[in-house]
Amino acid sequence: MLQDVDATIPRHLITVLCGPSGGGKTSLLRLLNRLDDPVRGEILLDGTSLNDYNVTELRRRVALVFQSPVMFSGTVSDNLAVAAELGGLQEGQFDELSDEVMLLAELDPSLLERPGGELSVGQKQRVNVARALMTSPEVLLLDEPTSALDPETSRSLMKTIHGLSEERRLTIVVATHRVAEASEYAEHALILRDGRVVDSGDAERVLGGFADLEATGP
Amino acid sequence: MSLQTLDVLDEPMLDLTWIDLTVAVGLVLIAIGVSGWHRTGLAKGFAVGAIRTVLQLTLVGYLLVYIFAIDRWYLVVAALLLMLAVASKAAVDRQDSKPSGLLGITGVALLLGSGLTLIYVSVMVVHVDPWYNPRYLIPLFGMILGNAMNAAALAADRLRGEMETRRAEIEAYLALGADSVRAAREPVRRALRASMIPTVNSLMVVGIVSLPGMMTGQILAGSDPLVAIRYQIVVMFMLGSAVALAAVIVVLGYRRTFFTAAEQLRPESS
Repeated sequence: MLQDVDATIPRHLITVLCGPSGGGKTSLLRLLNRLDDPVRGEILLDGTSLNDYNVTELRRRVALVFQSPVMFSGTVSDNLAVAAELGGLQEGQFDELSDEVMLLAELDPSLLERPGGELSVGQKQRVNVARALMTSPEVLLLDEPTSALDPETSRSLMKTIHGLSEERRLTIVVATHRVAEASEYAEHALILRDGRVVDSGDAERVLGGFADLEATGP
Repeated sequence: MSLQTLDVLDEPMLDLTWIDLTVAVGLVLIAIGVSGWHRTGLAKGFAVGAIRTVLQLTLVGYLLVYIFAIDRWYLVVAALLLMLAVASKAAVDRQDSKPSGLLGITGVALLLGSGLTLIYVSVMVVHVDPWYNPRYLIPLFGMILGNAMNAAALAADRLRGEMETRRAEIEAYLALGADSVRAAREPVRRALRASMIPTVNSLMVVGIVSLPGMMTGQILAGSDPLVAIRYQIVVMFMLGSAVALAAVIVVLGYRRTFFTAAEQLRPESS
């Protein structure tokens, strides 16, 4: 589906992947987390091919949050505990870290004991972000994190994501088709259309051009 | 009065003649009649099934007479392996989806699950002598294999279903850095439960709701009911072991086929 993709994602910045549905945004994120592998070509992290990393360790460093939030069985705390266990968190550090990620994801710590199934979609999406943070990733990939949310919740989640980038110095890649929303926080942008990168670079320039492109239409 | 002096135990077993069997055909005619009356489409199935029952069992009867008479270990082992092959094929044939490799996995599961159970029972419990005595090994293996086959088929079917319905959850585990074993823990647990519940249930109700065929057969054949129940107890326990081993081997072997070496979930096959 993706073809001739040659792009760099800068460290410690928020990069947005923009483009119409089916353009290849999700496919690219899945390649970065190695849920899929490219048929041809190579993806490098710190100059080393993704294939040369231990795949489970790579996925903890490059965390992916899906478009539709997935809750594991049990409470919010149980969900975070799964990630803590996978991240090799020491016993005794859990409470501190879980409180921290809940705050980072702007979730009330009182939700920790709530069953995951009882939360709203917006809360589930934030729990999914918090859960991903439990493995202390360097890169956070977010696939259309706001697509199921109303505009207000969506703006608030994007603000949270921006905060994460500032406080944690995380490299964040957000796939979205909402250009206006993306341009508010994006520092770097990549436009994907029909599986090809049609433009990439400074967000202000790229997204400005993309908005025009959208406005004139095919 | 001890049980041994009960008159019933001294009764010789009533032999069934071919004429008696012909009379028994009336029972199948009742089933065919009911099926035809309500147009269930099963009348032909009953007729064909009845004919197959007669042919298959007669064939097996003569085969057993032959194997008992020749009394050679390799004939007994060959018969057991043939049963194993047929059971493996039958378990896979019941699946909606039959990926390549499932037959091999099922074969190994039934070989280990049923084989180890048979060895345990025949060597350590029943003390079969000589070790290949077909009068014991073949009926014991038949019972073990039948149950292990059902468990293997149920386990494989359920695992596939769970892996399909839980794709998003499994990928969420993988994306967090879980390996395939951790990611598929819930589907594996559910497949094992589904395949072992019938055996647990039968342990609960045996003798109350159901009188097992083997025990009934032994009693009809003139055995002391107290000997028959001891055999049945062994049988129930051995079925537990065969079912658990076959199910767990199928599930663990089959699970691997859903993932790539890079801990990626393979695309759904149709």
